Amino acid sequence: MLTGKLLVMAAAMFGFGFLLVPIYDVFCEITGLNGKTGNTAQVVAEAPNLDRLITVEFTGTVNQGGPWEFRPAEARMQVHPGKLYATTFFARNTGDSQVAGQAVPSVTPGQAAAYFRKTECFCFTRQDFAGGEAKDMPLRFMLDPDLPAHVETVTLSYTMFATTTVAAADGAP
Amino acid sequence: MSTETLTHDEHHDHGPESGLKRWLFTTNHKDIGTLYLLFSLLMFFVGGAMAMVIRAELFQPGLQFVDPAFYNQMTTMHALIMIFGAVMPAFVGLANWMLPMMVGAPDMALPRMNNWSFWILPFAFTLLLSTLFMPGGAPAGGWTMYPPLVLQLGDAFPFLIFSVHLMGASSIMGAINIIVTIMNMRAPGMSLLKMPLFPWTWLITAYLLIAVMPVLAGAVTMLLTDQFFGTSFFTASGGGDPVMFQHIFWFFGHPEVYIMILPAFGIISEVIPTFARKKLFGYEAMVYATASIAFLSFIVWAHHMFTVGMPLSGQLFFMISTMLIAVPTGVKVFNWVATMWRGAMTFETPMLFALAFLFLFTIGGFSGLMLAIVPADLQYHDSYFVVAHFHYVLVPGAIFSIMCAVYYWLPKWTGHMYNETLGKWHFWLSTIFVNVTFFPQHFLGLAGMPRRIPDYSTQFADFNWISSVGAFGFGLSQLLFVYIIFSCIRGGQKATDRVWEGSHGLEWTLPSPAPYHSFETAPEIR
Repeated sequence: MLTGKLLVMAAAMFGFGFLLVPIYDVFCEITGLNGKTGNTAQVVAEAPNLDRLITVEFTGTVNQGGPWEFRPAEARMQVHPGKLYATTFFARNTGDSQVAGQAVPSVTPGQAAAYFRKTECFCFTRQDFAGGEAKDMPLRFMLDPDLPAHVETVTLSYTMFATTTVAAADGAP
Repeated sequence: MSTETLTHDEHHDHGPESGLKRWLFTTNHKDIGTLYLLFSLLMFFVGGAMAMVIRAELFQPGLQFVDPAFYNQMTTMHALIMIFGAVMPAFVGLANWMLPMMVGAPDMALPRMNNWSFWILPFAFTLLLSTLFMPGGAPAGGWTMYPPLVLQLGDAFPFLIFSVHLMGASSIMGAINIIVTIMNMRAPGMSLLKMPLFPWTWLITAYLLIAVMPVLAGAVTMLLTDQFFGTSFFTASGGGDPVMFQHIFWFFGHPEVYIMILPAFGIISEVIPTFARKKLFGYEAMVYATASIAFLSFIVWAHHMFTVGMPLSGQLFFMISTMLIAVPTGVKVFNWVATMWRGAMTFETPMLFALAFLFLFTIGGFSGLMLAIVPADLQYHDSYFVVAHFHYVLVPGAIFSIMCAVYYWLPKWTGHMYNETLGKWHFWLSTIFVNVTFFPQHFLGLAGMPRRIPDYSTQFADFNWISSVGAFGFGLSQLLFVYIIFSCIRGGQKATDRVWEGSHGLEWTLPSPAPYHSFETAPEIR
């Protein structure tokens, strides 16, 4: 009897290990702990706070082995919370064959992630590149006026991942 | 083969089968305990040889013996083998040998599962060690198996995952066996709070094992599906998060470090009263302190990852809960000291190891407290200070307690006294060299030397050669340990049943050597 209970306990803990995945995701969504921002366009109403000036920094990184040149058009911007801004990221396929890329955003400090609102972003969809193709990819964003007072600099980092293998599996063109 | 043995089952005095079959098919707790202990001794030397490679490479700056890729394989494999192959099986082996004798049971509750849980281990470690000969080499990304680095491993990757699965299955079965034995097979009259401390600490450890080994199995399964089946638990491009692996891993990993130290607390709580000739001071406090440590171990995991970034409130929570562990640990240390207070102490080898444990484990505990402080940890993280800290709690902590237990119970197992003079030599050489090895690593870490590197800046040269000399000395001293054990098995002065003048507990009421079957009728507990 006890043996059975203990076996069930071990099996339940194996399940709990997997349950930690959704728990972690929900926890991060609430706290912004892992710096993830939303991956769909948000509708925002502008209410600029002109008294406050925040530095937003942009970085672009290519994941290991990816065939891209990838960088932000502007390294940093001074922005007012509650006001919409637009900028672009530049990417060029340095190889000869077609590749698909997915940019994954991350915001530092993590607490600011929940206040970083994007109305348009190249990271929402997969980006296809023909051999040698270069693109300026748009990003429109607003910092929520409720951004915690101690945050003065927000860094938005994109990592470009090659998803060609995934695309092939999907049967995408 | 079985018909003959089955008909012999009515005889209560039948001894073990002869030859290899005895060991392959045994369901006897003493045989399985012996197998576990010998396996762990073997792995101690395999892992130790890897440590020697590491220290030889670090003897002086520059690359002399091995290339960096192989060096990384050595650090990773050293950790996996010492944790899962040496320390954990040694404690399970001690539990197998001693728990039935200490609680007055005839054997472990689930003898066939017991056989299985041992015989899985050689397969697990064959899988793991075979990776050394594969293209791409053995695991080299650290024993913590963080993605995405671990996913870049070559052919060794599935072998690593499946060997971890097997080790986990073995530990879980061992733990179930221990809990069922303790819960169901204690002699009549032995209530839980009359049980000696070693079974108590193992009971709590076994629950920790059942709670966290499956979580590790789950985490490595996710790595496996990420690599081969297109899931994205930890791959950022697919929406996963590599940091989540660290959280899940350390949810296992922190209780795991207590799995490696709580049985040690039990051993020390048996040995110190024997040689101080007093009862253990604060028995119930010891039990509750052990349970508190086990509980706290579940809520402190993120102190291993302060540098990955977390909100201030998270840092404060994990810092304070970590420091809270010092309270029950302090209760234990002071109780051991109070046990010795005004005792009639003698200093045979087991007692010497217990005393060294008390001093040196406490040093490791203090450096752990330093690492718990977030602003300090941001500097110490991934430095040699961390290496010094966990080697202080694991070598003169866990491993000294295992040696202490071996010297303490060896006369009961073999019926012979070990050579006391050589035992003392082994103790002093080990204790001196372990400090020569690991104490300078504190200074290296504070001076900024990072861990897991084959080469270093020249200002670290002096402390590194001292540390390497200590490591070679410590390694060689362990050959003496093997000689003492095997010469004690072969012969020596006859041991009495009590063995030690101040010994107490049911195991000492049995003859020495302990008969193949013991307590077939339950002993009376007063």
